[in-house]
Amino acid sequence: MWTTRLREGWQNNLPVDKLLPDTQPAYVASWIYMFGVATLASLGVIIGSGLWLAFEGASWYHYSNVGHFVNSMHFWSVQFFFVFMVVHLWGKFWMAAWRGRRLLTWVTGAIAFVASIATAFTGYLIQTNFDSQWISYEAKDGFNSVGIGSRFNVTNFGQMILLHVAFLPLVLGVITVIHVLMVRARGVVPPIDAFNKELGDRS
Amino acid sequence: MKHDRRTELETAHWKGRTRPYDLIKEGVAALVIITVLVAALSTLFGSPDDKQITFKQWAVAAPSDFYATAVQELAGSSGTAGYGAPYNTASDGVNLGPLHLAKFMGVTHPVDTVNDFVITPLTTVVNSGPVATALKQWQSSDSKTQSTWATNYDNALTKVNQDATKVPTGNYGPVPLLAQGLLTMAEAGSLDGALLSQGNYFQTDNTKQTLFLGDGNYFNDQSTASNLQGNTWGMMNETGRYPGQAWLWLYSFWYQIPPFNNGDNHPFGANADAWIMLIMGALSLGLICMPLIPGVRSLPYKIPIHRLVWKNFYQEENL
Repeated sequence: MWTTRLREGWQNNLPVDKLLPDTQPAYVASWIYMFGVATLASLGVIIGSGLWLAFEGASWYHYSNVGHFVNSMHFWSVQFFFVFMVVHLWGKFWMAAWRGRRLLTWVTGAIAFVASIATAFTGYLIQTNFDSQWISYEAKDGFNSVGIGSRFNVTNFGQMILLHVAFLPLVLGVITVIHVLMVRARGVVPPIDAFNKELGDRS
Repeated sequence: MKHDRRTELETAHWKGRTRPYDLIKEGVAALVIITVLVAALSTLFGSPDDKQITFKQWAVAAPSDFYATAVQELAGSSGTAGYGAPYNTASDGVNLGPLHLAKFMGVTHPVDTVNDFVITPLTTVVNSGPVATALKQWQSSDSKTQSTWATNYDNALTKVNQDATKVPTGNYGPVPLLAQGLLTMAEAGSLDGALLSQGNYFQTDNTKQTLFLGDGNYFNDQSTASNLQGNTWGMMNETGRYPGQAWLWLYSFWYQIPPFNNGDNHPFGANADAWIMLIMGALSLGLICMPLIPGVRSLPYKIPIHRLVWKNFYQEENL
């Protein structure tokens, strides 16, 4: 039965001591490791502030002080999110973190980065202010030039707000969950030179 | 064999030294710290929110520009009127060599600048006697005559630097009155709603408003003043003194360098939008597939930044 295989597969690949471990390898003790969790924490603030904005409506923050504060939380958490994610990404590159059959962990992380740019971009398009007017006017040429504009119309506010609050967060959320679960299942990649003694060289 | 053994070791569950760790504690601490930092910045700096530009604002602040743009929409000489797909078939649009992708995808958001921007909005309000008569004259004429009137007036207006008071008499038909009627409508604030609704009750598509706004100089001047134009890294900038979409720096970068920063350069500058989208698509794919790219995937081994990352571990293990 496929449900049994799914349960057994989950138990074998992601038991609770891998999902929520109480120890980590000794090498997981560098500042660079903070940026992955900091990215996720920023995403948490983005989702929280974004949900609040979604419930109040796209124009709420123009006339409400509370709304402006929540919008500012959304704005600054996005800025943090990208800073942390870029440092995390560069860190993982220089650590060659795809080693040890972790290629898909890298791939899902990179896709999450691209999906984040798309999500943030649609957010800038629904600010309902001068900036969003200009960005939609300017960006349409890029998308139109390769035919994408025929389906993804940046000047269509209704389409952009639905993509920003429904479709793209769902895509980003699913990719992020897969990425994190892969990190937990595979474990944190060991240092590049960790096995030099065992292998008898530095190559 | 050694390579396989290394991969095997790197894949296997770590059997070396460990240290205590609490993932939930780390996550909660990070969430609290980030929330406090974000709240502090939000309190101190707020967020950018320059008011949207309305047609009323445009018409009041720059009536000559609005008037001339309305004439261009009637004459078919505006940017939107000559854009091509996905709005109309006036041109082939940009290309990637033999590929005209926009044209291939077709007209999916049809925009008729004459009717959508000028005539239809004018029919939604009670116009003054002369404008109502002009509207009737326009609607009862054939398209060739309409085009002749509008083109004549557009050319005449351009020659006198958009000063309608200096346009010599000519065969302009009702065009000056129609443009004046639309200006009056915009100044009164009723054009914004008419452009959006296009006769419907529910409407969430701002395409026509945005295109009309962009055809004039006023909107572009405002963006230039805010450093939002493409030739000044516009896509990654934000209004005011706020950080914008800095993550779009590489996309904006291509617009700053030859041949893409020269619209007269063929084939690349004139089709910069398409080429840059292609480049960014390829680079994004390259990022996703980076571990598979020979040379690039070897850089972490050749430039040992990892020795800094794992400095303590290497020292402790004498590696």
